[in-house]
Amino acid sequence: MSESFTKGMARNIYYGGSVFFFLIFLALTFHTTKVMPERDHRENLTEAVARGKALWEENNCIGCHSLIGEGAYFAPELGNVYQRRGGDAGFKGFFNGWMKAQPLNIPGRRQMPNFHLNDEEIDDLAEFLKWTSEMDTNAWPPNIEG
Amino acid sequence: MLGHQTLKGSAMNTLKYQSQAVAKPYFVFAMILFAGQILFGLLMGLQYVVGDFLAGPIPFNVARMVHTNLLIVWLLFGFMGAAYYLVPEEAETELYSPKLAIVLFWVFAAAGTLTILGYLFVPYSTLAHITGNDILPTMGREFLEQPTITKIGIVLVCLGFLFNLGMTILKGRKTVINLVLITGLIGLAVFFLFAFYNPTNLALDKYFWWFVVHLWVEGVWELIMGAILAYVLIKITGVDREVIEKWLYVIIAMALITGILGTGHHFYWLTTPVYWQWVGSIFSALEPLPFFAMVLYAFNMVNRRRREHPNKAATLWALGTSVMAFLGAGVWGFLHTLAPVNYYTHGTQITAAHGHMAFYGAYAMIVMTMISYCMPKIRGIGEANCNRAQVWEMWGFWLMTVAMVFITLFLTGAGILQVWLQRLPESGEALSFMATQDKLSIFYWLREIAGVFFFIGLIAYFRSFFIKEKVEAQT
Repeated sequence: MSESFTKGMARNIYYGGSVFFFLIFLALTFHTTKVMPERDHRENLTEAVARGKALWEENNCIGCHSLIGEGAYFAPELGNVYQRRGGDAGFKGFFNGWMKAQPLNIPGRRQMPNFHLNDEEIDDLAEFLKWTSEMDTNAWPPNIEG
Repeated sequence: MLGHQTLKGSAMNTLKYQSQAVAKPYFVFAMILFAGQILFGLLMGLQYVVGDFLAGPIPFNVARMVHTNLLIVWLLFGFMGAAYYLVPEEAETELYSPKLAIVLFWVFAAAGTLTILGYLFVPYSTLAHITGNDILPTMGREFLEQPTITKIGIVLVCLGFLFNLGMTILKGRKTVINLVLITGLIGLAVFFLFAFYNPTNLALDKYFWWFVVHLWVEGVWELIMGAILAYVLIKITGVDREVIEKWLYVIIAMALITGILGTGHHFYWLTTPVYWQWVGSIFSALEPLPFFAMVLYAFNMVNRRRREHPNKAATLWALGTSVMAFLGAGVWGFLHTLAPVNYYTHGTQITAAHGHMAFYGAYAMIVMTMISYCMPKIRGIGEANCNRAQVWEMWGFWLMTVAMVFITLFLTGAGILQVWLQRLPESGEALSFMATQDKLSIFYWLREIAGVFFFIGLIAYFRSFFIKEKVEAQT
């Protein structure tokens, strides 16, 4: 590095640059949280959705599945599973059967454990997945397969 | 050749400050956890292709949680060990309280071990229940699976650790390396606090979850890495501190200027405004720059070295970490960071490929760089291990590093095919997730084989710690 570029100059760029961009980041974050209500549809957050999210977390679903692309990549994306597996017409019926059929015990196939949820809990989880599927994710994922 | 310059005369006491020795249990425990991480990685790799292998006793989600949490915890142990070693020497004073450092070691080790055992032997929902997750729910989010009480424990350990280091720095010399390191470590503790914010609204939950995950690995951890690398480079090359510190400032300036707004690359598909696609793409496209600068810097400093340090292995690790961090974090990060590309690659095996090489290259390797440099001194061996031990260590380096390159390449292959089959076609024509996974199995098998080579490399690396100099080699 050139001698005319001193350590002091480098230090100032570090302090000035990081403070400046951190403030921009905070400002954008502030703006983002202001406009998110229009996109996340938080008006539809019911008690059932909240219980469903707690069940999602307490059974570590993210340890195999991804949700809007984040999580593990071992099992299907569930951000849009509500639409993929029947939507308003069929999802809840499918989901209840699916949860109760686990583990499938197909030799060699990746296996989902049975989490021993009752009907009410399965319904809460379904409500959480329904709410998640209605978030405005800028048209992600590209297709129904997630 | 190597033996001539080692300082055998002072074999019993090669530490400048006796309190630096508290780093040893941290390093040793980090390496034990590292071994555990790799074993669980191998198990998961096998479950990717033999889906029901041990699916009852150790379901994939448990194995993954153990794999990633062991990684995080061993890196934290490594950073702490590195700081306890480096800070006193830079500050030119003994550590404020070696006793506190040892107490915190046992607290953290016990909490970490109990948490991992909890993951393995108690169903996760039961663990959530008995640790009171309903009082302050923080569990069940990727990488933040620890029970809330463990998270509180981590915060307390960090506070004690920062207090100890802060007091040491305050009473001693305030070097750039020490200040950058402590800034990084304070940032680590501060951003971890977002782990306690878990709103019902998933969009907000995810948004601030990234304040921990992204602002750690693409923010403050880069300060820690930069400071450790700078310290080791000063020691092994003898290059003037002024030059190294200038480079350090330039690198961390670039890291934060690109990395803070680079967080935007996680806000593309998250009920967030579309401007993040521009902000995130532009700034994260620049994120490879600090890593590239790190490569130039490490090689430049080693080429301009003023001494021949006998610890060739530590030099190899220092150069290696810069290259692998650039490839893993820089190049593989860039591969899928632009919004139009990320639309198709988000949450595929491409992400897994990037994650593996970036964590290994930037963070696992910087900790091993420090361990390589410090351990011979802490153990009273001298400036460096004997030649034979270094040869084993370098075998470990090459086997692990090349294996990681192959793991990354195979996962990238899997990811490209996955995008091609599952993401690019229209609904109705795209293959389902599970059908796609079947098509990827050859890549997963190859990845698993590469993983076995990584494990062999790890054994060679561990072996190097147990090799004593032969007496005849001395004469």
